[in-house]
Amino acid sequence: MANSGGGAVCNGNLYSHKKWDGSQNGNCTKNGIVKKVQQNGKPHFYEKPIVESFEEAPLHVMVFTYMGYGIGTLFGYLRDFLRNSGIEKCNAAVEREEQKDFVPLYQNFENFYTRNIYMRIRDNWNRPICSAPGPLFDVMERVSDDYNWTFRFTGRIIKDVINMGSYNFLGLAVRYDESMRTVKDVLEEYGVGVASTRHEMGTLNKHKELEDLVAQFLNVEAAMVFGMGFATNSMNIPALVGKGCLILSDELNHASLVLGARLSGATIRIFKHNNMQSLEKLLRDAVIYGQPRTRRAWKKILIMVEGVYSMEGSIVNLPQIVALKKKYKAYLYIDEAHSIGSVGPTGRGVVEFFGMDPQDVDVFMGTFTKSFGASGGYIAGRKDLVDYLRVHSHSAVYATSMSPPIAEQIIRSMKFIMGLDGTTQGLKRVRQLAKNTRYFRKRLNEMGFIIYGNEESPVVPLLLYMPGKVAAFARHLLNRKIGVVVVGFPATPLAEARARFCVSAAHTREMLDTVLEALDEMGDLLHLKYSRNKKSARPELYDETSFELDD
Amino acid sequence: APAYHLILEGILILWIIRLLFSKTYKLQERSDLTVKEKEELIEEWQPEPLVPPISKDHPALNYNIVSGPPSHSIVVNGKECINFASFNFLGLLDNPRVKAAALASLKKYGVGTCGPRGFYGTFDVHLDLEDRLAKFMKTEEAIIYSYGFATIASAIPAYSKRGDIVFVDRAACFAIQKGLQASRSNIKLFEHNDMADLERLLKEQEIEDQKNPRKARVTRRFIVVEGLYMNTGTICPLPELVQLKYKYKARIFLEESLSFGVLGEHGRGVTEHFGINIDDIDLISANMENALASIGGFCCGRSFVIDHQRLSGQGYCFSASLPPLLAAAAIEALNIMEENPGIFAVLKEKCKRIHKALQGISGLKVVGEALSPAFHLQLEASTGSREQDAKLLQEIVRQCMDRSIALTQARYLEREEKCLPPPSIRVVVTVEQTEEELEKAAATIKEVAQAVLV
Repeated sequence: MANSGGGAVCNGNLYSHKKWDGSQNGNCTKNGIVKKVQQNGKPHFYEKPIVESFEEAPLHVMVFTYMGYGIGTLFGYLRDFLRNSGIEKCNAAVEREEQKDFVPLYQNFENFYTRNIYMRIRDNWNRPICSAPGPLFDVMERVSDDYNWTFRFTGRIIKDVINMGSYNFLGLAVRYDESMRTVKDVLEEYGVGVASTRHEMGTLNKHKELEDLVAQFLNVEAAMVFGMGFATNSMNIPALVGKGCLILSDELNHASLVLGARLSGATIRIFKHNNMQSLEKLLRDAVIYGQPRTRRAWKKILIMVEGVYSMEGSIVNLPQIVALKKKYKAYLYIDEAHSIGSVGPTGRGVVEFFGMDPQDVDVFMGTFTKSFGASGGYIAGRKDLVDYLRVHSHSAVYATSMSPPIAEQIIRSMKFIMGLDGTTQGLKRVRQLAKNTRYFRKRLNEMGFIIYGNEESPVVPLLLYMPGKVAAFARHLLNRKIGVVVVGFPATPLAEARARFCVSAAHTREMLDTVLEALDEMGDLLHLKYSRNKKSARPELYDETSFELDD
Repeated sequence: APAYHLILEGILILWIIRLLFSKTYKLQERSDLTVKEKEELIEEWQPEPLVPPISKDHPALNYNIVSGPPSHSIVVNGKECINFASFNFLGLLDNPRVKAAALASLKKYGVGTCGPRGFYGTFDVHLDLEDRLAKFMKTEEAIIYSYGFATIASAIPAYSKRGDIVFVDRAACFAIQKGLQASRSNIKLFEHNDMADLERLLKEQEIEDQKNPRKARVTRRFIVVEGLYMNTGTICPLPELVQLKYKYKARIFLEESLSFGVLGEHGRGVTEHFGINIDDIDLISANMENALASIGGFCCGRSFVIDHQRLSGQGYCFSASLPPLLAAAAIEALNIMEENPGIFAVLKEKCKRIHKALQGISGLKVVGEALSPAFHLQLEASTGSREQDAKLLQEIVRQCMDRSIALTQARYLEREEKCLPPPSIRVVVTVEQTEEELEKAAATIKEVAQAVLV
C-alpha cells in the first residue's frame, strides 16, 4: 500500500517495500523519499549513506582529562588520610558498633571513586522533579551545606525547565488530559495492583489485548509483555539459550543484556561496537572450530545487538548483520529499547528504518518506557517463540504481571502512533521527532561540538571529556533553566564523559533554539568546541567504513 | 690433528647447517584447514531450532484469563468465583482510597517516568514513599525498585561478590536464587529451617578460616532467609539466627515479601513478630505486590547498607523508576495500614480458622503454619510421578472453580529450581473473605478431594 506523495494514515500496516506503483524508471516514491528498485527484485538495503561519526578529541584534551583525574585522585588520597587520622570529620555512614569486628562490608578501594570524585559533583544526578516529565518540567531546588554529603530541599521549585534529559521521544508522557480518559477508567475499574503471576491468577484480558496490539504494531506473529524492561532481558535470555550455546554480544550492550547473558550460562564473546568484520571473524571461528576444548558444534549462536545505543547514539548496522546471520545460520536478538517509536518513517523501529522484512529478525525485544510514556517490556517474534516463552520465561512464573492502567496507557499510545484512533497525530509526531533530530544535530555540528552517533538517532551525546567541565556544564545550564543529563565513568569510558540530549517530538523550534543558544554560550565559556571538522556539503567523506560514493 | 677429529667435526658442521635450513614442523597433528574445508563446514553446520516445540495442550500454555479486576470476587474464564489465589492479603486491591490516590497522581504526573532514578526519574512521590517506608519499619533509610522480583535479585549481588560465602535456606524462592547466581559467590545450602544444620556449616567454615586467616579476613559472609517462606508457608526462626549471626560474624539478609503487612502487631513483619531489634538485621527486602497491593519492591535498613545500592543495584541504576501512580497507591496503602492496625489480628484469626477447617481432608495435607496466609495443599501420598500428581491437583482445582472457588496450583520452573518443591495447590487467605466463605471453601475442597482422590 504505497501511496505516492504519501502522508495518509498507514492503517497500522508496516511499509512493505516489495510493492510499488509502476511509475517511471521503476522508482518507488513513498512519503516523498525516492528509492531505487533492484533489478532482480531482491530486497534492497537502505540506500542513503549511513553517516555515523565518532570523532577523536585533540591530544591536549586527553592529556588534560587524565591530569584532572590524576589530581582528583591525589586529593582523594589526601582527604582519605585526613579522615582516617581524625583531622577531618567523616560524614559518611559507618558500621554499627556491635558489628565492628565483622568482615568489612565494602572494600576500601571499591568506594574510593565514589567517595572522592563522584561525591564532589553528585548534585548533578538524582535531581528530583515534581511534575510530569514532558518537554517542560519543574525541578525541586536542593542545596547542600556540607559539600554534597547531604542535601536539603529549600522548598522552592524551579518551574518550566526545558527537559533535554528524559526519554520522552514522542512527547507522550504528559500530565493528564482528556485523551487519557481510558486510563482513568481502567484505573477505577481494575485498580492498580495484580498480586499474582501470569501463570497463576494474574493474566487479565487487558494483557491479551495489549499483546495482540503489540504484535500488530510490529507486524509479527505474536508478542508477550512483561512488567519491567530490565527484567525482560535478564529473565528471558536464560530461557532461550543455555550451556553449550554461544552469545555474540556487542561491546556496548546495556547492563540488562549483559546480566541476562551471564545468567544463562552460555559462552559470551564480544565483538567491537557495530564492527561487521569483527563479528564475521567471530562467527567464522565459532562455526568452524566449535566449542573451545571439545570441538563439539555449538548448539545455537545468538547475536545480541541494540537498535539505538543509548550512550553513543549509534544505530545498528542491521542490513549487514542480517546478511551475516543468514550466511552463518545464527539467530538475531534486537533490543529496541530506544529505537521503537522513535526511528523509522512510522516509528516501528530499526527494521522499518532500513526497509527490511521483520521476518529476518528472530527475537524483537523492546521497552515501553521511552516512546510510549509507560513502563514495561515486550518480546515479539514468531508464534512458537512466544509460546515457548509463555511457558518457560522466569518472569511469567515468578513475577507479577503488568499493572492494568499501565497496560491501558500503552494500548492508547500505540493506537495513537499507529493512527488507529482515527487521526494522523501519531504520524505527525514521528515526523516531527525526525525533523527535530536532524535540526538539532546539524546546528550542534555547525557550532563545532564533538557529537557522536548516527545522524538520524534522537539520542545526541555531546562530548565533554573533563570531569570538572561535566559539573560546570550541568550546573550552569540548570541556572539557565535547562535540564541536561551528564554521564561519566563508569557508564562511559574514563576519558569520555559526555552530556546526553534526548530530542523529543514535543520540543518546539523555540525551545530547541533556546537550548542551542545556551549551548553556544556554554561552549565558548567552557571551551568545549573541540571539533576540527566543520560540516561540509559532502557527508560521505565522514563515513569511515566505505568510500563508495553514490552515483 | 688426528683425521677422525676433523671428519667428525666436518660432519657435525654439515649437520648443523642442514638443521638450520630445514623447515620447522609443528608438534600438532592436525594442520590448518584449507579455505574449501572451512566453507564446507560453514555450509554443513545446522544449529538447533531457536526454541523447541511446545505441545498445544501444555498445562502452562493456557492461562486462566481474568476479565475485570482481580479482587475478592473474580471472573475467571468467564465464571465468577471467590478469589483464593491472589496475594491480596489486606484486601487493598480495590480499596477506593488507594484508587483515588493513584488517580490524583495520574492527573498530576501522567503515567511513565521516562528515565532511571539518576536522570530526572526521581519524583517527589518516590522520595516520599521511601521516607514513609523507612519510618514505618523504623529503619534509617529505604530504597524503592520498580519490580518486585528485581528487588532481592539486585540487592544480593550488590554486596556479595565472587569469593564471598552465602548460607541460604533450601526453600528460598526463585528471585533469591537468581540473585545468588548473579553474584557468583559460594553458595551453601542448609536444610529448611534447621538451625543445627546451619550451625554445622558455619562451624565448618570457621575451621576453613583458621587454615587461611588472610583470606578469611576479606571474605564476607551472609545468611539469606525469608521471613515467611513462599514455598512452604513456614516462619524462619529469627532469634536463633540473630544469635548465630553474632557468634559466627555473618550478616543477615531477610526477605519479607510475604510477611510484610502480615506478621507482627502493626504489620512490620517477622522482626516485630519475634520482638527483635531491627538494627540487628542488616537488610530487609520486600515486595510491595502482596500486602501493599501495588507493584514494585523496597529494601530498608541502615543508611550504611542501603546507600550502597543507589550506585550498585543493577535494577535501580539501569532501569526506569516506578511510575508515580503506583508509588502514590503504595503510600495510601501504608496510610491505611497505619490507621487500622486491627486488620492484622483479623487476618491472623482467619488464617487460623481455615487452617483448622482444612485439617483432616483425606488425601491432602496442609503445608504451612497456622499464621501463614499463603499455604499449600499437597497430596498425602504421591502417585510416584510428578506429572500424575499435577494432573490430580489440576482436576481438584478445576472442580473447585466449577463451584466458584478460585484456586490455583503453585507454579514452578521445573528445570531451573535448585530444590523443586512437590506439586501443590496454593490457598491464600485475605481479610475480605467472610467466615461463611471460608467455611464454604473448606467444605468445597473436602468434597472435591473426596471425589477425586478416593
